[in-house]
Amino acid sequence: MPYISNSEQDIKQMMETIGVSSFNELIANIPGRLLFEGDLKIPKALSELEVDALVNEIAAKNKQGICFLGGGSYDHYVPAVVDAITGRSEFYTSYTPYQPEVSQGNLQTIYEFQSMICALTGMEVTNASMYEGGSALAEAALLACGHTRRNKILLAATLNPRYRSILETYVRFNDLELVTVPEEGLTISPERLASLIDDETAAVIMQQPNFFGHLENMKTIGELLSGKKPLFIACYDPISLGIITPPGEYNADIAVAEGQVLGNRMNFGGPYIGLFSAKQELVRKIPGRIAGIAQDTKGQRGFVLTLQTREQHIRREKATSNICTNSGLLAVAAAVYMSLIGRQGLVDIAELCLQKSHYLAAKLTEIPGIRLAGKQPFFKEFTLQFDGPVAPVLEKMNSNNIFAGIDLAKYGMEDRLLVAVTEKRTRKELDLYAEIMQSTLIG
Amino acid sequence: MNYTQLIFELSKPGRRGHTIPECDVPERPVEELLGRNHLRRNAAPLPEVAENEVVRHFVALSQLNHNVDKGFYPLGSCTMKYNPKINERLAANSGFAALHPDLPEQFVQGALQIMYELQQDLLEITGFTAITLQPAAGAQGEFVGLLLMQQYHRNKGRDRKTILIPDSAHGTNPASAAIAGFKTVTVASNPGGMIDLTDLQSKINDDVAGLMLTNPNTLGIFEKQIPQIRQALDTVDALFYMDGANMNALFGIVRPGDLGFDVMHLNLHKSFSTPHGGGGPGSGPVAVNEKLSEFLPGATVEFNDGFYYFSDNGEKSIGEIHSFYGNFALLLRAYVYIRSVGAKGFRKVAESAIINANYLLARLKEYYDPGYQGVTMHEFVLSAEKQKQRGIKALDIAKRLLDFGVHPPTVYFPLIVKEAMMIEPTETESKESLDYFADAMIQIDREID
Repeated sequence: MPYISNSEQDIKQMMETIGVSSFNELIANIPGRLLFEGDLKIPKALSELEVDALVNEIAAKNKQGICFLGGGSYDHYVPAVVDAITGRSEFYTSYTPYQPEVSQGNLQTIYEFQSMICALTGMEVTNASMYEGGSALAEAALLACGHTRRNKILLAATLNPRYRSILETYVRFNDLELVTVPEEGLTISPERLASLIDDETAAVIMQQPNFFGHLENMKTIGELLSGKKPLFIACYDPISLGIITPPGEYNADIAVAEGQVLGNRMNFGGPYIGLFSAKQELVRKIPGRIAGIAQDTKGQRGFVLTLQTREQHIRREKATSNICTNSGLLAVAAAVYMSLIGRQGLVDIAELCLQKSHYLAAKLTEIPGIRLAGKQPFFKEFTLQFDGPVAPVLEKMNSNNIFAGIDLAKYGMEDRLLVAVTEKRTRKELDLYAEIMQSTLIG
Repeated sequence: MNYTQLIFELSKPGRRGHTIPECDVPERPVEELLGRNHLRRNAAPLPEVAENEVVRHFVALSQLNHNVDKGFYPLGSCTMKYNPKINERLAANSGFAALHPDLPEQFVQGALQIMYELQQDLLEITGFTAITLQPAAGAQGEFVGLLLMQQYHRNKGRDRKTILIPDSAHGTNPASAAIAGFKTVTVASNPGGMIDLTDLQSKINDDVAGLMLTNPNTLGIFEKQIPQIRQALDTVDALFYMDGANMNALFGIVRPGDLGFDVMHLNLHKSFSTPHGGGGPGSGPVAVNEKLSEFLPGATVEFNDGFYYFSDNGEKSIGEIHSFYGNFALLLRAYVYIRSVGAKGFRKVAESAIINANYLLARLKEYYDPGYQGVTMHEFVLSAEKQKQRGIKALDIAKRLLDFGVHPPTVYFPLIVKEAMMIEPTETESKESLDYFADAMIQIDREID
């Protein structure tokens, strides 16, 4: 069904008003040789009942299991209230709030979202969202190069390699140089980092907790960069900020994150939401929309999109970014999620992740042949080191419906497994994981 | 009780909106696990609000939004069509929603099948030979298209720096070109609202990497000189990009790949009925012909011997543009839409979109001057210049329309029409809904005197 309201009779009447007798008169200005003849080779239309059955049947081909995969996408719990609110068509069928009089719901929600992300990170300004963590990070790097008029970006080797790939794509034709800061024991040494900073360095990019799950020495790096020209870009995990030091407290100039963990499901990788915050002094350089408070003609509080002269629809090729569509509905989800779990809830969820991941790590490292690959503290994710390749071990775990983690072989570490534990994992599941791992390795 | 106060104003210390499970593993002191240095001094000052109050707050806010399910939303070039409910229900299926993107291919065959079939269908609809579903939005699709152009020329051992863009283009076109490392040169429109071929010819040189064209353009006019533009570009081996924001007008009527374009992006959140979500998320697949296929980003799904799998990036790929495979849950909605509309339905979509636009134009053109004469495609531009001379600007008309419960059209764009009002009714609106809007516009015109 093409979802068309008008009947043949309606269309006939409308054609009369237009003053044409056939549809083809309306496209007469398209040269005939350009017209497509015949039917598109796609399946014929299905009724809703048939589509419903078809797609549910396809969905059943995906395998369900207990998820210990992370690496930028996490199996956190999504409260029912989030679905109830984002499922309201007042939110999901509305457009970008360019017309403030009929968009106060979206504008105020974005404003609250921005305020809550500022509260979470300790940063001064936050935009209305980016596509996802990786492109948010890439835009932060571009901002830093433009702001400092320098062209070298120092990148921690402990950064999520997927974010690194996106960054490489974004800078590919911009004559910017990416320099990797090597890891030592799965974290970055601030001294080593300091030795690589020079007069061309525009930014230092660090991730906290890093890709391997470990905590970096962000305070020392923040102090190191304090008062210096290169911008400090921190990529954080929003849930971790329930208990660990936020970017605003270690002098980050720009803080970005993957916000999928704030009330959104894994959805096979998207849509997600990029969080983008910065110090006030950078506000005119940041990409994307920003909602602000204004007063209407009666002196009442209202909300509007602000500082739009940074954006593509006004500034065209001189805009700070090309972003237009962002992740609006997921900003609504994040705002509802943060409002609902609240101040103490975030602390509790973060502590559950911390306790449960340490419980599992402790059980697993009791098994001969498994140890932690790094030494620094970790939050909800950790990297295991095996004596041999991880692949056969994973196969065994998978066959027991335990998705045990991400095989780091694709990043050249075939004997390492990245394991994530969220608040959703129960002690029973953790014990089962350890038990099957034990029997896989020891027999 | 005013629930539209700020959520922070509804907050009271000690209130909880959600219960968190108790810890079921032996707990160890947090300082011991993380070290004192890493601990946050004070909890993040998030609001403290009870569950029912959170619900009332956001429901109250939602009611302040105009939305497609409430009424007419004729924003030009935004394609605010109806968003089918079955799309939403199926996208929420936990068989997809709970799927981690790093799972091995054999566990995600259903998701890969959706992506594979969607690729095939979009290629058939657009007439191209290869596609990436990775871009998260139209502007990111443009960016990918431009990087493909960079790579194409580099691969031929040359460095081209210029992208040609008509003056009627969306702002994202020049902005995307700039971040892809290009400078932009504007091509003028002719009195008919199409590209001025003489101006184009004068700007063609061996620094031109390509031209970006929205078709139908933002005036709602089909650029019938495409063969001539193609010819001009061919003289310097420049590429031809189609901004597919207005694809809704072309379904089953023409295929951009057949027209001679080398690359285009689609906006699944416009033409393929996935919701706009108050500004996103969207999805902007990029389709190309043989010239550009080897440069595409990764995450393309292939099918062989009953098994779906991701193809490897070739050496010449521009690299990844998204952490995973694009906005999968939106790809899924578009898949559901394509299955629902079916082979013959797409042409009906385009026909109805074009008839609806021409009907509105016919009803309004005596009162407001059309930006350009003649029939239109799926949208059209009116000028309020005549009204302005009587003291009422396009912006005033837009604001007055709000009193009628309809969303105003896009105003002051495209830039080449004075006091522009850009109107796109979409195929899903009924005649009554269009009449209501036309009557309101006519009444507003009468109110001026």
